[in-house]
Amino acid sequence: MIDVLYFAWVRERIGLPKEKIETGAATVADLVEELRAREERYAVAFADLSALRVAVDQELTEFDASLEGAREVAFFPPMTGG
Amino acid sequence: MTVRVQEAPFDMGAEVEAFGKGLKGVGAIVTFSGIVRDEEGTLARMVIEHYAGMTEKALEKIEAEAVKRWNLAESLIIHRFGEMAPGDQIMMVATAARHRVDAFAAAEFLMDYLKSRAPFWKKEFGEDGDSWVAAKDEDEAALDRW
Repeated sequence: MIDVLYFAWVRERIGLPKEKIETGAATVADLVEELRAREERYAVAFADLSALRVAVDQELTEFDASLEGAREVAFFPPMTGG
Repeated sequence: MTVRVQEAPFDMGAEVEAFGKGLKGVGAIVTFSGIVRDEEGTLARMVIEHYAGMTEKALEKIEAEAVKRWNLAESLIIHRFGEMAPGDQIMMVATAARHRVDAFAAAEFLMDYLKSRAPFWKKEFGEDGDSWVAAKDEDEAALDRW
């Protein structure tokens, strides 16, 4: 079980801020493939990975990052702080 | 070294005064505050979303990096989330150093990094509906100079 979080327009497109997912995905990219195959709203949200950023256990990382031991994965657009 | 992420407004004057109190060997304090632009009157309000937990960690990491690079006596980052109106303060940074060169450079570094490496997202509500603010290429490019 892994907590998957969505922020900003990713959250709006998928329609929820957080869900628990039972997955055997080895990497973030594998998890994205599983999500895309679920439903159209996921396919739409994950259509262009260059428009997305990912954090594993609250650390920014890349889509090829391993999910081994991960508790939390978050997907969001490029950040706009300041 | 302090990081505060909060919904409530802050009083910049009081924050700067408290920040500077009791600092030893400090000859320079630089402060910056970011405010909600009115966009020529077309912006009604702004909502800032953030990733509670990661936000604090990311800001602390950026601050720790600034402390490594410059000779700072103290630093402060306050960043708000939630709903704001044009003219409202969104965030502030303050840096204190023996000399102003360190204080200015560190403040700019903090600003450049927290724009694109701290998990905040701005949504604008205006006359033509609402939209998420897109990250700018120049914000990413600004990191290259450090």
